[in-house]
Amino acid sequence: MSVLTDRNVLVLLAAIPLLIAAGPIMPDWVRFFLQVSLASGLAVLGVVVQMRAGLVSFGQGLYYCLGAYAAGMTGHFVGVTDVFALLGLGIVVAAGVAVVLGFLMSRYREIFFAMLSLALSMILYGLLVKAEVLGSTDGFNLPKATFLGLAPTEQALRFAVYALTCAVTLLAAIFLYRYLKSPMGRIGEAIAQNEIRVEYLGSSARTVVHITYVLAAALSGAGGALAALANGHVDPEMANWTTSGQFVFVALLSGTGNVAAPLIGNFLLEMIRVYAVAWSPYTWQLILGATMLLVILFLPGGLWSLVERRKAGG
Amino acid sequence: MAPLLEARSLCKAFGAVTAADNISVAVAEREVVGIIGANGAGKTTFVNMVTGYLKPDTGSISYQGRDITRLGPRATARTGICRSFQIPQTFARFTVLDNMLVALNVARKRDLFFWRPAHDAELDAVAQGLLAGLGISGHRDQIAGTLPQGVRKILDIAMAMVSAPKVILLDEPTSGISTDEKHAAMDTVMNALGERGVTILFVEHDMEIVERYAGRVIAFYDGRILADGAPAQVLSDADVRRYVVGGELHRRQPRKGVA
Repeated sequence: MSVLTDRNVLVLLAAIPLLIAAGPIMPDWVRFFLQVSLASGLAVLGVVVQMRAGLVSFGQGLYYCLGAYAAGMTGHFVGVTDVFALLGLGIVVAAGVAVVLGFLMSRYREIFFAMLSLALSMILYGLLVKAEVLGSTDGFNLPKATFLGLAPTEQALRFAVYALTCAVTLLAAIFLYRYLKSPMGRIGEAIAQNEIRVEYLGSSARTVVHITYVLAAALSGAGGALAALANGHVDPEMANWTTSGQFVFVALLSGTGNVAAPLIGNFLLEMIRVYAVAWSPYTWQLILGATMLLVILFLPGGLWSLVERRKAGG
Repeated sequence: MAPLLEARSLCKAFGAVTAADNISVAVAEREVVGIIGANGAGKTTFVNMVTGYLKPDTGSISYQGRDITRLGPRATARTGICRSFQIPQTFARFTVLDNMLVALNVARKRDLFFWRPAHDAELDAVAQGLLAGLGISGHRDQIAGTLPQGVRKILDIAMAMVSAPKVILLDEPTSGISTDEKHAAMDTVMNALGERGVTILFVEHDMEIVERYAGRVIAFYDGRILADGAPAQVLSDADVRRYVVGGELHRRQPRKGVA
């Protein structure tokens, strides 16, 4: 099936102008949460692509944070403010680090992979917390971004970054959708089921895992850079285990069956959190926890299983 | 004529247990070799060494004159030596067709393609042809984990066949298959492999199967080769009857005096 005749690709492509067009009519706070959840949704997609290959990363915050700090430091210390340059740099730095660390990580599976990924992200967190030049636990602000050499007004810039986030996230989702249907994507899933058979067929499971790891890092780096541009601020919390844990949690709650699921699930959970905090500022975690418990109990395949059930039912 | 596959003086020990003790085997092209032996005799260790899963402590393996002793399973498969398993190694959550498509994409060196779909009409037709040749095309859309054991065994063999190997090692191809279906399954598999000119080594406990399909039999005992030759010669060897197949052969003789 060609890319442009695939219904899922067309839906994701159509969502880009729709989301961008809806931007100006949304309340600012909804647009902002949508933007941040799409950016962090890229990191969740990174978790999902690894999960499909049987790898659970509890340290995806490492690459989310690296992407954010690469963009932030370049803006703050070098004076580069173009959003495309900062986004590109976030992706390149995250992917570059993953290429190197991937030689180690691709040797491990299951709990060893999970714990090692967590350890690596906590090393970055520890370094950033100690780095006073980077603002220690407070982090630092990014300078005002520019757009292809233009310095738009604050409001126009906010909308431009929102539009960029929508486009990048959905194009990344289309890429991932195609990837998961490609030979390498299918072999990733085959590795999760029977790695030894993959080797006996003549393919290198380690190479496929390594590439998957780099791909996940690039997605997360892009997400981190976009989140940094949205917030105008970076801090070490982006590498903390709570951030990485949230990515895994969202992936599980949303379901890994479709690339749109983590993006939608991330936004819904973010909104539930916002309302929970507004409604019950001191016990909002209880509401979020209860929601998650209900999803786990009644939708073990994640929120996306609701869509699948509807499809199965005709 | 130089042998296609040759193992020379293979030794392998796991701690105090010697699983292979000076094993030397030379196999000619298109030969069909039955490997017999009691449990723990060293048959699967031999298969694992030839296919790169285990490295021998000493000795060497050559294929088409090339030393393959230190190659792993992936590199060995790429040379043209493939295998099936005693416990079928399929992708249990994939359909039969998807199992074949993964194998086909790897065989065609498309395993690192990340944009074009794994599934296309041409690959589908090739997979369907292979499944039909092995008599399991009716199961193509069934999830592999739900297949009956006999079908899963044949799928395991089909996956090994997609790369058009020159040599195939079948580890107990009929274990877990009902007595009624064994011969039909072996006929199908052996015919399909024979048509492709594949050299076959198969590990088997059923002596009827061995007698019927093997052109040569190698009997293993305690990590060593007890006998190697024509089926009739090996299966009538006194040591082989005593240590390896005695019970099996005697069970097949009609007992005198029993009504």
